[in-house]
Amino acid sequence: MALLSFERKYRVRGGTLIGGDLFDFWVGPFYVGFFGVTTAFFASLGTALIVYGAALGPTWNIWQISIAPPDLSYGLALAPLKEGGLWQIITVCALGAFCSWALREVEICRKLGIGYHVPFAFSFAIFAYATLVVFRPLLLGAWGHGFPYGIFSHLDWVSNVGYQYLHFHYNPAHMIAVSFFFTTCLALALHGGLILSAANPGESQEGGGKQAEVKTPEYEDTFFRDIIGYSIGTLGIHRLGLILALNAGFWSAVCIIISGPFWNQGWPQWWNWWLDLPIWS
Amino acid sequence: MQLWIPFAASAGALLAIASFVGAGWDAPPVETTQIGYRGTGMYLEQDVEKLEALKAANVVPEAPWEADPEGERAGDIYQNVQVLGDLSDDQFNQFMAAITQWVAPEDQGCAYCHDIENMASDEVYQKVVSRRMIQMNQAINVDWQDHVGQVGVTCYTCHRGEAVPANYWVDDREPKPASNASRAGQNVAGKYSGNTSLPQNALMDYLLGDEAIRVHSLTALPTGTNTAGVKETENTWALMMYMSESLGVNCVTCHNSRAFNDWDQSPPQRVTAWHGIAMTRALNADYLTGLAPVFPAERKGPQGDVFKVGCATCHNGVQKPLNGVSMLQDYVDALDKKEGPADAPDYTTYVPGETQVLGADAPTTSSALPARTTVANTQD
Repeated sequence: MALLSFERKYRVRGGTLIGGDLFDFWVGPFYVGFFGVTTAFFASLGTALIVYGAALGPTWNIWQISIAPPDLSYGLALAPLKEGGLWQIITVCALGAFCSWALREVEICRKLGIGYHVPFAFSFAIFAYATLVVFRPLLLGAWGHGFPYGIFSHLDWVSNVGYQYLHFHYNPAHMIAVSFFFTTCLALALHGGLILSAANPGESQEGGGKQAEVKTPEYEDTFFRDIIGYSIGTLGIHRLGLILALNAGFWSAVCIIISGPFWNQGWPQWWNWWLDLPIWS
Repeated sequence: MQLWIPFAASAGALLAIASFVGAGWDAPPVETTQIGYRGTGMYLEQDVEKLEALKAANVVPEAPWEADPEGERAGDIYQNVQVLGDLSDDQFNQFMAAITQWVAPEDQGCAYCHDIENMASDEVYQKVVSRRMIQMNQAINVDWQDHVGQVGVTCYTCHRGEAVPANYWVDDREPKPASNASRAGQNVAGKYSGNTSLPQNALMDYLLGDEAIRVHSLTALPTGTNTAGVKETENTWALMMYMSESLGVNCVTCHNSRAFNDWDQSPPQRVTAWHGIAMTRALNADYLTGLAPVFPAERKGPQGDVFKVGCATCHNGVQKPLNGVSMLQDYVDALDKKEGPADAPDYTTYVPGETQVLGADAPTTSSALPARTTVANTQD
């Protein structure tokens, strides 16, 4: 693919964390780098193992294929391939691929001389995944506590793990996480709507089918000042969006890591502290 | 002055502290039991220290002595023995000694149920109740082996040395709504629904009444045949909360939540629980509510109904009452067969302090009784 004229400015050498110049090149639009190679390695090995696991399993139905973690009896040891060992290797591959991807993002940031906000944000997703399949199983003492890799089966796992605690909606960290997810959607919808409204002002007030001029951020700020008395501003909205989204992922991780290792009753019982406050008890 | 900021901050800090201190948090290690196939997420997690405490709190007491089954029958020696007449004298006294340990307050002993001047008299209401409870106990062990198995129950399973078992339940309508607005029997921390805001009186519907617990539709899309809505579903959920809390287990002990309704995907414990629900209904209808005229007001709930049995009454927080240890071997003749009249006496004629003999005049020694006691119509 031919290099576009402006790409010369951005496709610069250096900035690699590892491997020096060895993998410092692009394939088509994609930057490779050492971590691009490791991403490709882990992703293809993991995918191949999933296909192998599916071949061992009872079905080729895409919805029902499931690679399950080992029985609890294996504890934190390695399990035979067909009894959860595949799940263990696939988990290593997944973490290898995700972390490689994040580090590849870091290398690109270094090339461009920009901040590490994107890999930092992505690391929250990795953290949430690692919490589910590594940290919580470690705390509970068995890899069997990880979730199975399958489209329906992982949903069934979520359902059953929720019902282990009778009513998961009473989990305070789950409440916080869900609130952040909803607030993220609200903020994104307001932001998207506002930007599009300024960029698409519609017909001019002068009439005659003439398009109005695209509006500036001052209009956007004024819109919010008029409705809620405050505008967070053009940069601020992106800070807010990032904070909301990262909190959603972070509290999701919190809500599952406390379920089991640190709380093993039903979650409704957690709220007994409120009933037991010395004010009325 | 923006005083609300320090006020809100202090309130938030206090609530945060309150929710983390003494709120039942626990640290690993955790005892986990795998219930379903690997990866289905069907696990029961239990705190190691709490398990130890439950173990210590559920120890079976020894029998007062080993009873000699030979000798003259109690029914021939003592008067007004309506349900234990087939026992030998020694068995009878051994069982009386045991029941005193299990149920009677220490400072009262025999006098808790008996007029010491005349042990045969029925004037103390506790004696009338005990007799019915012994029959209930026998019925559980004989008719409900689907639920209690060969382990069976004794008075101690529920009573644990207390005159009134700790975990009974009553018609619960408190607190009254503050205004005329109805809260539809929910939206409080339900005592019998695992402290959730789910309907607080579900046990009345399911463990006394026989309302349908099954609310699950069997088709992906509505067909109009299932009339159960959110309210019925939450009522069922409230019962399930109560059951889980009573046994110290969780939903996946009996269900695979991907299809709550499907027996094929459910752990076998669900069958035992199903018989337990049927048993509890029968016990409340046949034995407990019928005793309403006998119980004094202080032995009834705020709505005037008798204390009823639920899962927690026997289970007391563990999956198998007394951790599955049977006490029955020492009381086989007293509690593992049905004795006495099949029908309950007319309790409305009972006058405490006066009635000398309630029910059959003569001691009954017949053991040829119908398979199942049914006196469902004696409830108030």
